[in-house]
Amino acid sequence: MKDIVDVLIIGAGAAGAAMAWSLAETKMRIVCLEQGGWTNPAAYPTTGRDWEARVHGDFHASPNVRGRPEDYPVSEANSPIKVVNFNGVGGSTILYAAHFPRLQPSDFRVRSLDGVAEDWPIDYATLAPWFAENDRMMGVSGLRGDPASPPSDPTMPPLPLGRSGARLGAAMNRLGWHWWPSDTTVATTDYEGRGRCINLGLCVSGCAQGAKSSTDISYWPVARRAGVEVRTHCRVREITTNAQGMASGVVYYDAEGIERFQAAEVVVVACNGVGTPRLLLNSASGRFANGLANSSGQVGRNLMFHPCANVYGYVDAVLDANRAPPLCLWSKEFYETDASRGFLRGYMMQFIRGTGPVSEAIQMEAKGLLPWGAAHHEEFRRRNGHRIGLNALCEDLPEAHNRVTLDDVLKDSHGIPAPRIDYTISANSQRMMDHAVARARDVLGEAGATDICVNAPFTYGGWHLLGTARMGNDPEQSVVNSWGRCHDVKNLFIVDGSIFVTAGGCNPTSTIQALALYIADQMKQRLSTLFD
Amino acid sequence: MTLSSTQLQTLRLVAGLMVPASSGYGVPGADDPAIVADMEATLGRDAAAVAAALDALSLRAGGVFAALNPEARMDVALALRAEGGAAMATLARVVLQCYYRDARVVRSLGIEAGAPFPRGHVLEQGDWSLLEEVKGRAPGWRAPS
Ligand SMILES: Cc1cc2nc3c(=O)[nH]c(=O)nc-3n(C[C@H](O)[C@H](O)[C@H](O)COP(=O)(O)OP(=O)(O)OC[C@H]3O[C@@H](n4cnc5c(N)ncnc54)[C@H](O)[C@@H]3O)c2cc1C
Ligand code: SF4
Repeated sequence: MKDIVDVLIIGAGAAGAAMAWSLAETKMRIVCLEQGGWTNPAAYPTTGRDWEARVHGDFHASPNVRGRPEDYPVSEANSPIKVVNFNGVGGSTILYAAHFPRLQPSDFRVRSLDGVAEDWPIDYATLAPWFAENDRMMGVSGLRGDPASPPSDPTMPPLPLGRSGARLGAAMNRLGWHWWPSDTTVATTDYEGRGRCINLGLCVSGCAQGAKSSTDISYWPVARRAGVEVRTHCRVREITTNAQGMASGVVYYDAEGIERFQAAEVVVVACNGVGTPRLLLNSASGRFANGLANSSGQVGRNLMFHPCANVYGYVDAVLDANRAPPLCLWSKEFYETDASRGFLRGYMMQFIRGTGPVSEAIQMEAKGLLPWGAAHHEEFRRRNGHRIGLNALCEDLPEAHNRVTLDDVLKDSHGIPAPRIDYTISANSQRMMDHAVARARDVLGEAGATDICVNAPFTYGGWHLLGTARMGNDPEQSVVNSWGRCHDVKNLFIVDGSIFVTAGGCNPTSTIQALALYIADQMKQRLSTLFD
Repeated sequence: MTLSSTQLQTLRLVAGLMVPASSGYGVPGADDPAIVADMEATLGRDAAAVAAALDALSLRAGGVFAALNPEARMDVALALRAEGGAAMATLARVVLQCYYRDARVVRSLGIEAGAPFPRGHVLEQGDWSLLEEVKGRAPGWRAPS
């Protein structure tokens, strides 16, 4: 093929954007194929009076419920946790809650410290400069000096504590627990052309103000100005290989549904922890019968979510409700391993303000707390605006049987086999979640909350998709090497959450993007020997 | 998909059972014509599930939900609600999401009606002195050698 691009990136989400921006300075010809389109912030839910209802429809976090043509369906009957994502430029950062912790140093040494899972082939120090670079590009609000985290230097002041944060902070002080204002990618000052947060309160449906850093408004504008081409509504069906066993390009369907081939010198996969193994498995061929880059058999295995204990209650005062970004504080009190708790590893608590009246009513109805009839109004008013809660993100350990495969029947709108999820919550994760629920009751009770409600696991809590093409030095046990190159295919790289070796107990996007920047840097440093 | 006149009648009745008007709080019921019209106009992807729930109510009522007296209607509705299922949950969601975005209702809750953007909200800083206690803690993360 004559039209060969130097680097072809598949997926324009958190990782693909960071990779594209970093490589752009090489002046190579870089093209990104993205199955979705650009979203229009002027059409985000908070611009209409039906803002709360759309979370249950065209802005639902589950691709199965949302069901847009850009979304691929996920076969997930055999998983208590359902995959949530967004398919478009910006990827899942369009919907993410912008909570931006980093994995901790101990997360890279799980085997050495706790005798389970594996160590990463890289460590926190390797990623430290890329965390900082990513914070600058995404724009991070936070407060220096958290005693439970390695030093960092947020680019903007933290979000206000508000009434909810202050009440929770006071409760944790009484319990003697750690807490700190969260690092978030919500701009608290005007930042790099983005307006500051005006407290619309529905960050998880896209930010109409542009205060939340999704990569369509942070990395992509800069990367495109530097020459990267983004082709939208282009869904990749498979990565092709040549007689030398190298990736030769991809077959994709363009916006008109026409099948096309794009040749490439280097292919980078950034489709997330479900989309990436799906694509590799769909790229099976005579040369790679078990799926591309899968001689280890690890592609699709070791799927880790963060089983989430969602716990909330009601206090006797009006708090911040939906009048602020939902997340405000984190606690790492139970993050590091303490074997006396009956499980290994740990969880981060992220504290949540409240919700709007529609969400409150719907959730009360779901929990059987909402009377029908004359008593309705008093009960609803007693609770509306009074909610306080938290999510505890529990660290899953990698287990081979938790996996992404291809569904025999289900297909996307182009007829490409859909991913199938088989996942069970391990005994360790379950004990951790039980512990988290008990501690959540403690802290919410201390904050004055009653009528505690528990969703554990939170069903639509498959936000974090990790481990399905893991990194490692041993080609028999891992899919990519310590700088993201596939062991089996020397011009094929993976940069999303699928390369995580272990999951940590916190939101992963900061680490996913730091990894993408680190891998891009490795590629730039090794350009002359990239395929050796 | 549009609802039949029987289904619409059932919708109005069940909405009024769920959330009746209250003179004490100065709010209409969910059977208010404007609120029911909002439900009907914005059913969209929920139409099939809502229709199924309304038909189930009529079936359980012995044919016509409206033919029952108000107490019996409530008994039927609560019985179906207790049995659970996606259709009744969708019906309840549709009623609640239209009720709690009605400007009269929202204002009665002390909230400004309409789209949050571009108005936004003001968030108070809260008491930052609470953090002093945490600042004094020993480092809480493991630094592997
Ligand atoms: C509701 C919600 C809340 C969240 N909150 C947080 C949070 O507070 N903090 C946090 O750290 N994380 C959060 N996350 C997770 C976060 O969004 C992800 O970790 C992050 O976006 C993953 O980055 P990625 O680049 O790996 O994948 P994504 O951002 O998902 O991007 C993958 C992209 O690849 C595209 N793609 C996939 N397959 C193909 C194909 N075959 N051809 C072409 N394109 C393809 C997709 O369309 C998509 O745009 C949240 C997620 C959701 C859904
Ligand atoms: S709360 Fe702030 S960041 Fe979230 S959607 Fe509103 S303006 Fe955007």
